[in-house]
Amino acid sequence: MGLEILVCIKQVPHPDHFSEIRLDAGSGRIIREGIPAIINPLDRNALEEGLRVKERFSGRVTVISMGPPQAQKALEEALAMGADRGILLCDEAFAGADTLATANALFYAIRRLGKFDLIYCGNETVDSGTAQVGPQLAELLDIPQVSGVQEVTFGDEKTLEVKRALEHGYMKVRLKLPALLCVTRDINKPRLSTVQSIMEVARKEMIIWKAKDIGAPPESIGLKGSPTCAAGVYEHKAGRRREMMQGSAEEKVRKAVARLKELGAI
Amino acid sequence: MSNSGEIWVIGEQRQGKLEEVSLELLSKGATLSQRMGVTLSSVLLGEEVEEVARELVFHGAEKVYLLEDARLRYYQSEAYARLLAGIIKEHEPQIILIGATGIGKELAPKVAAKLRTGLTAHCIDLYVGEVDAAPHLIHVVPGWGGNLVMHIICPQRRPQVVTVKPGVLPKAVRDENRKGKIIRVKPDVRDEDFRRIETVEVVEEPSQGKSLESADVVVCGGWGMNALGDFSRVQELADILGGVVAGTRPAMDKGWVDEARMIGQSGRTVSPGLFVSLGASGAMHYTTGFMGSKVVLAVDQNPQAPIFQMADIGIVGDLREVIPCLIEELKKDA
Repeated sequence: MGLEILVCIKQVPHPDHFSEIRLDAGSGRIIREGIPAIINPLDRNALEEGLRVKERFSGRVTVISMGPPQAQKALEEALAMGADRGILLCDEAFAGADTLATANALFYAIRRLGKFDLIYCGNETVDSGTAQVGPQLAELLDIPQVSGVQEVTFGDEKTLEVKRALEHGYMKVRLKLPALLCVTRDINKPRLSTVQSIMEVARKEMIIWKAKDIGAPPESIGLKGSPTCAAGVYEHKAGRRREMMQGSAEEKVRKAVARLKELGAI
Repeated sequence: MSNSGEIWVIGEQRQGKLEEVSLELLSKGATLSQRMGVTLSSVLLGEEVEEVARELVFHGAEKVYLLEDARLRYYQSEAYARLLAGIIKEHEPQIILIGATGIGKELAPKVAAKLRTGLTAHCIDLYVGEVDAAPHLIHVVPGWGGNLVMHIICPQRRPQVVTVKPGVLPKAVRDENRKGKIIRVKPDVRDEDFRRIETVEVVEEPSQGKSLESADVVVCGGWGMNALGDFSRVQELADILGGVVAGTRPAMDKGWVDEARMIGQSGRTVSPGLFVSLGASGAMHYTTGFMGSKVVLAVDQNPQAPIFQMADIGIVGDLREVIPCLIEELKKDA
């Protein structure tokens, strides 16, 4: 039989290029054209974990993403890492979704796909970094969930013990499948794709679904299904003094220390 | 915003000790409740935590709903989420503030999803402002690694739930003369809350020395410290200044600091009186972690590094030269 494993991934702009992201003054929309896109780094850890569990217990790994047509590239990359099939939720009706509307779209897609034993997400994305979609999705699916997962130990195929990070320590949680785990970078080191695994991508299944394909009510997804919305986006002004010290290293340091004293910082 | 519903701060305690972010939420909650003319209340779950409930009162909660049970000793995801959603439905607060701690970031989305309501993550500020001529609670969040700031609103659904990044807002002032009502609520804890998932152990690993968030001075080293070979000079500087050591993500990757001391978007946020950045270029996902600092001193060898846009005082130079100088100069006063 094996385990049915689902991995939720998101295509995000490369963090090294965040400073190039600009605002369109008219629409207030974020302009990210020309910025390279990658699989959200922690989502690679999520996929790696799914692949390892499949290798141990046998089963199937499905990767799912919601996004514009180019997000298919992220799914293909996941297939090249070893996932068995990809699902892209791609429709204007999904656009403008906050985290609840995103979780809703994934929920309806999962309902159409059938039962999963394990669902993996990256704990947070590098772009918005809310860490919310995983726990929200678990709640909609009515399955147990843990965030911040650093280590997973299988008792048997149906019971797990999970170590999760806390600010000053850690917590151990025992849970029964089906379950959803949001993983951190500590959990594993994601594999690279091989020439052979890349060759296999073309033979793997890639499904593209619109909102009506998954029977998602229009009021539950996209902008309409989002309880929260952006009221404005602003360039962040640091408001710092930006005083550059001049002279030799000794002089710069002496001046800096004097200024810090004037400012009451030391 | 014409709602008369209360503002709730979800108190977070671990082993009977209140997380500092709860006090930060109470200070913001007090400002908002005065502005809106509504009651500021708090909810606390745990085992024998009445003393903690009193601390919430001393820090400004007018009421504390106290849910005590031996099985609520640790954070238990299903029990906590179900009980919180239940008491929220019963009392209909309009705003719920939760600390964006490891636990808060997991609990808040569970509760918000149960209520099918809006949730905004890791706010750095909250205030009542106008959007299209109507008053709204504005949730201020850093976006795109702190490059942009977004204002989020939750126009229709109630309650609106927000998590707030720890270490950004000032803490409420403690006053033992404050009076508040502690309302005991008998929690309906069920066996099935623990059938699918159960927290079996919580281990506290107090980090050595002072906590990052409460430090007056934070000295943070980045990749550039490579030039000095290790982090010992960062420690030395921190010791002279009476501060604590932190690092950037590359510094953590090098093994110079542990994850609990990593500053940035996915790490810790600090707002000390003085933040010293050494050998870090100033990537936005780093700088968002200290933007609330009073004064920022930056040292880096690259005059073009964005860190200098985020600094009050900038020193361009070779770290191998500048840092020993800095240590000598500061020692003169010691």
